Amino acid sequence: MFSEFLQYLLSGITIGSTYGLVGLGFFIIYNASHVINFAQGEFVMIGGMGTVFMMQAGLPMPVAIIMAILLTIVIGMLLEKLAIEPSRKNASVVTLIIITIGASIFLRGLAQVVWDKDFHTMPAFSGEETIHILGAVIVPQNLWVLGGGGVIVLAIMYFFGRTALGKAMLATAYNPLAAQLVGINIRTTLLWSFGLSGLLGAIAGILVAPITFTSYDIGIMLGLKGFCAVILGGFSHGWAAIVGGIIVGVAESLGAGYISSEYKDAIAFIIILLVLFFMPDGLFGRRGTDRV
Amino acid sequence: MIRKWVKKGLAASVAATVALGISYGNAVAADPIKIGTFLSVTGPASFLGDPELKTLQIYVDELNAGGGVLGRKLELVHYDVQHDAKKAQTAVKRLIEDDKVDVIIGGSTSGQTMAVIPLMEAAEMPFISLAGAVAIVEPVKKWTFKTPHTDKMACAKIFEDMNKQGIKSIAMISGTGGFGKSMRGQCTALAPAYNIKIVADETYGPKDTDMTPQLTKIKNTDGVQAVLNPGFGQGPAIVTKNFGQLGFKVPMYQSHGVASKKYIDLAGSASEGVRLPAAALLVANKLPDNDPQKAVLVSYMSTYESKTKDAVSTFGGHAYDGLQMVVAAMQRAGGTDKAKVRDEIEKTSGYIGTGGIVHMSATDHLGLDLSAFKMLEIRNGDWSLIK
Repeated sequence: MFSEFLQYLLSGITIGSTYGLVGLGFFIIYNASHVINFAQGEFVMIGGMGTVFMMQAGLPMPVAIIMAILLTIVIGMLLEKLAIEPSRKNASVVTLIIITIGASIFLRGLAQVVWDKDFHTMPAFSGEETIHILGAVIVPQNLWVLGGGGVIVLAIMYFFGRTALGKAMLATAYNPLAAQLVGINIRTTLLWSFGLSGLLGAIAGILVAPITFTSYDIGIMLGLKGFCAVILGGFSHGWAAIVGGIIVGVAESLGAGYISSEYKDAIAFIIILLVLFFMPDGLFGRRGTDRV
Repeated sequence: MIRKWVKKGLAASVAATVALGISYGNAVAADPIKIGTFLSVTGPASFLGDPELKTLQIYVDELNAGGGVLGRKLELVHYDVQHDAKKAQTAVKRLIEDDKVDVIIGGSTSGQTMAVIPLMEAAEMPFISLAGAVAIVEPVKKWTFKTPHTDKMACAKIFEDMNKQGIKSIAMISGTGGFGKSMRGQCTALAPAYNIKIVADETYGPKDTDMTPQLTKIKNTDGVQAVLNPGFGQGPAIVTKNFGQLGFKVPMYQSHGVASKKYIDLAGSASEGVRLPAAALLVANKLPDNDPQKAVLVSYMSTYESKTKDAVSTFGGHAYDGLQMVVAAMQRAGGTDKAKVRDEIEKTSGYIGTGGIVHMSATDHLGLDLSAFKMLEIRNGDWSLIK
């Protein structure tokens, strides 16, 4: 009985941390521009698919991974440069969000043409041998996802809390005019934020690909769940996205195990609706105006 | 302003007249047999539509190179309807009313096919569907036929094998996509006839990435002797992987929905020992030489693979069967009269295709029996036939 519960919990935590990793990408761009970047899921896809196809081209795995991450960063920056920047002056945030939806459809289409429409798998980083914990099982790749998520959260906290660029991003989001007045170059800041969220998306996509497989449309589902994670956690802290993701993942897993797999997604969405009703800024959110 | 419109209108109508004149002239000169088709060449079902269209193109070209049919060239009129039943309806209306095709082969998915059947029946258009659902031909519709096996036959084939193994109670874990849902329904309805009890019945979404919770539940259910996974796409591969990770001791059965090398690639070593029913095309080279289908299968496979450089799939085979049956029916009918062609398609008997040996009748517009499916087991990363 306990081992059953533990299995649901472990499955939920690992799938949830992938949601959280994707959610972190939303968090960064939101913190730099108040834009929700719906092409975030596509960054995840490009990371995974890029690695797979570069490995097929004969590159060793570590090289392929680095190349795919670089590719995603470049695409993230191009997205900002070509789609967001030209319309930023006159368009509202909502318009920009709609532009990112368009960009996501475009990137999916491009991936279909440039790569293909099939599902692909990637070798797990350290084997497929299952690890038994008190009757429950996990695979080593799950630990990679969890560990990767932890490292990235620490890096993000350091970045926004301690570095000039990170602080510049926060300032840009909070008050672009004031940020400009103190000498922050808003354009480059935004460019970096898209690059950074491309980086995060790609890492997430590569870490989860051995578990979830990857294909041109994997970003739809992961993007949506990542969005749920960050909404649930709130946009105030990087770690909140990860915790939000884990809550969604565990709720899904327990729901599928104890209630019915038919209602798995519904359970996650009900939790999110309830949170939004009673805590509109997320579980760990502060009101935007309180932040200085 | 108004004058401008009039001018524009005039110009447009002149252009239209010229265009019409040209196409009319062509039609008289060549007078081809028009074969209409609407397929999901792009979009999520493109893995169906893409090989289907390529197959039709290859064989229409081949037939034309050999002098056509009844001394007339074949002309393929194609619309890509993506994954959209509405687009399928529009395409079919155009095929019937504008293109005035002689016969329609198409409909990659069951949803599209069901959406256009009323149009076909109303227009009295001979129609061969390439989609799986049993509802397409049950009950029989006068003008509608289909070539692929049904999920009901897959269930029957699987249960037959379970009976041989002495398996009496099973767990099902089904995808909630169209394919998984339909097959789950068919299997549930058919199970009592084979004396099989379904003791656990789980589902997963078509885009889910972890099925461990559902499988854990199944593992903790008493009396499960085998797990059956009706599903399509990457879902079954993830189920298989999770199944392996959880260390199940019972056999796993998959459906014909995973009958492609891709599934073995994705599921990896966890797919060892998985059993599934599949069309003979998958194991064409492994069939004994006296198998009546072997020659057809090997010929289709080598033609398709050499022309497209893609691996052959059963879906393209369905299109091949549809085209061959239509051509044979036209030859027997001695023309393209729709009613005669329909009657001849219905009389198709003993046609050896990629899907099996077809015997159609007034009450059976599919014409395949269980022998069309072979039971396979995955051994050493490859398919092997079970007797």
